[in-house]
Amino acid sequence: MTAVREMVDPVPGAAAPHLPAQPDLVQLLTPEGERVEHPEYSLDVTDEELRSLYRDLALVRRWDVEATALQRQGELGIWASLQGQEAAQIGAGRALGEADMAFPTYREHGVAWTRGVDPLDVISLFRGNDLGGWDPVATRFNLYTVVIGAQCLHATGYAMGIQRDTADAAAIAFLGDGATSQGEVNEAFIWAATFDAPVVFFCQNNQYAISVPIERQSKVPLFQRAAGFGFPGVRVDGNDVLAVLAVTRAALARAREGSGPTFIEAFTYRMGAHTTSDDPTRYRLADELEEWKLRDPIARLKAHLSRSGKADAEFFAGVDAEGDELAARIRKGTLEMPDPAGTEMFDHVYAEQTEEIAAQRAAFLAYQEGFEK
Amino acid sequence: MTAVAENTAADTATERGEMTYSEAIREGLAEAMAADDRVFMLGEDVGVYGGAFGVSGDLVHRFGKDRVRDTPISELGIVGAAVGAALAGMRPIVEIQFSDFTCQAMDQIVNQAAKIHFMLGGAVSVPMVLRTPLGSGTGAAAQHSQSLEAWFAHVPGLKVVMPSTVSEVKGLLLAAIDDPNPVVFLEHKLLYRTKGVVPAGADRVPLGKTVVRREGADLTIVATGVMVNRSLEAAEQLAAEGIEATVVDPVTLTPLDEGPILDAVRRTGRVLLVQEAPGHVGYMGEIAARIAGSSALYSLEAPIKRLCGLDAPMPYAPALESAMVPQLADIVSAARTLATQEA
Repeated sequence: MTAVREMVDPVPGAAAPHLPAQPDLVQLLTPEGERVEHPEYSLDVTDEELRSLYRDLALVRRWDVEATALQRQGELGIWASLQGQEAAQIGAGRALGEADMAFPTYREHGVAWTRGVDPLDVISLFRGNDLGGWDPVATRFNLYTVVIGAQCLHATGYAMGIQRDTADAAAIAFLGDGATSQGEVNEAFIWAATFDAPVVFFCQNNQYAISVPIERQSKVPLFQRAAGFGFPGVRVDGNDVLAVLAVTRAALARAREGSGPTFIEAFTYRMGAHTTSDDPTRYRLADELEEWKLRDPIARLKAHLSRSGKADAEFFAGVDAEGDELAARIRKGTLEMPDPAGTEMFDHVYAEQTEEIAAQRAAFLAYQEGFEK
Repeated sequence: MTAVAENTAADTATERGEMTYSEAIREGLAEAMAADDRVFMLGEDVGVYGGAFGVSGDLVHRFGKDRVRDTPISELGIVGAAVGAALAGMRPIVEIQFSDFTCQAMDQIVNQAAKIHFMLGGAVSVPMVLRTPLGSGTGAAAQHSQSLEAWFAHVPGLKVVMPSTVSEVKGLLLAAIDDPNPVVFLEHKLLYRTKGVVPAGADRVPLGKTVVRREGADLTIVATGVMVNRSLEAAEQLAAEGIEATVVDPVTLTPLDEGPILDAVRRTGRVLLVQEAPGHVGYMGEIAARIAGSSALYSLEAPIKRLCGLDAPMPYAPALESAMVPQLADIVSAARTLATQEA
């Protein structure tokens, strides 16, 4: 690997003496499950909260595993796995206040979970039953955005709305490492900075944009880019749910108090494929994945809870059982979803029905009925 | 000529057997790069991944990372850099992963690539090719399934090609690479795995030539992209009923070779225009206007009929997706009605 790779890709917590240390990486829980302190970010967290964070991580992964299986069995059109990124998503999601508004990509199932979105409402989107079954206003979780980076501008505009309303809230835009190359994302940074918009840009650097590694997106660590736009950038261990929670809380508080945007780079790894249409063995080595498995976000919290005596075997067995129930509910609910109505594509093209589309709808219905007779 | 081109030229079509549409494009890309150092490719995941639809395949191993260049996720950057490279005398071939993402690159395509030659009084040109997969049928929903060919065809300065056959796609690509103008090269996703015999060698298939794919006296079907194949299939079904259709494929949408279309309408007196894109302000509206604005109008025995995609975004559910765009049965039915309509 080149010198550039060494600069931008020191695996957090890895025993990698050939790589420079990462003094900028915020970490509160090491890969071995040891609680550490950080001079700028502290977190007061009860044992109950720790167990509840673990539960979220474990259940979201179980959901993800079940969804991947359903796709492989032909029950979903596609699935974008979050495996490896659970801590980044649960940490960020749990940092959100009730009034905050989240703008996800297509992979933020963990954040959806923390906003109370039912997994089946996400699954129905990937099954093609509807175009996203949840209420973005009620859940404060916008619909999934598929085209890379577009949501960063939406979040910025939304944040400017919050500003005008003088509401005690912030917006958070989720994005990936690849998205940082998009013009729209950079324009969002400029807008957010110059208008001091109350928005947090939460970037999960999972190291790959489909097959293209982070080196092809940036010559500097992503969090350092924020300085050039005029707002703070923080790199956090994305596999450390506690650090992510602390850093995101601080950034949201900063936004709400009127101090403007923050860029958070959650340094993590996509353990699975980009989507079920992808085959990561074509572009990355198996030992890289093995290395990251040692930094698994769930295993480290489990290690911490076990060793510190904050959770016992009964607790973990309970979460596992709950996970299996969730998976069974997801499977059953998926298989029972009704097919969409044959005319659904005509119903929401415009806010009101136009004459032309109404005519096409009627013609289509007549055509369909012709087959049924 | 390089060794690569000479070797393939020595083969005959029959010895080569069939290849897929993707393989034919890849062969064209390889031959163009082997023959001319100025030719290079750039796009997202075109390197070691081999392209989102597998078109570039192993080219990165054969030509290296500098000539099969993985880019940041920045479509505007990809096209803009290609424009710059073309101005410097290179022959860039851009791959935009889905034609929907040309939306991010529109300034560079429409305001820059298309107009630089004109605005500099012909002093420089932008010889680039923008290859991109378009169309539905793969379950890719509203933002990965559009057919935006009419947008590009509407912009003076761009040439727009929609190759529908395996046998011609390579020759058209080579002609597009040779062309001194920016060429938008639209590959329908459903064609990538279709098979056919590709003539060996570096023969170009000239741009701007409409092709009559089938002759028949009862009606003319004009179609683009995958609808050409679907219309030919429909014509075979109709033939079994005693209805003979002429099928015409413009191939190059801009500049349009209208002659063969108008001639076919004069011969048959009835015309069905088939496109996948939504009908409203679609490319077939232009074809209808050309017919109505020419003496071919006087040969019409029935009103011009268009069969198009419905005017809504593409749904994700497979059943709804196929209901959105003309299918084989729709073409057969529309053609039958038109052919048997009283004059």
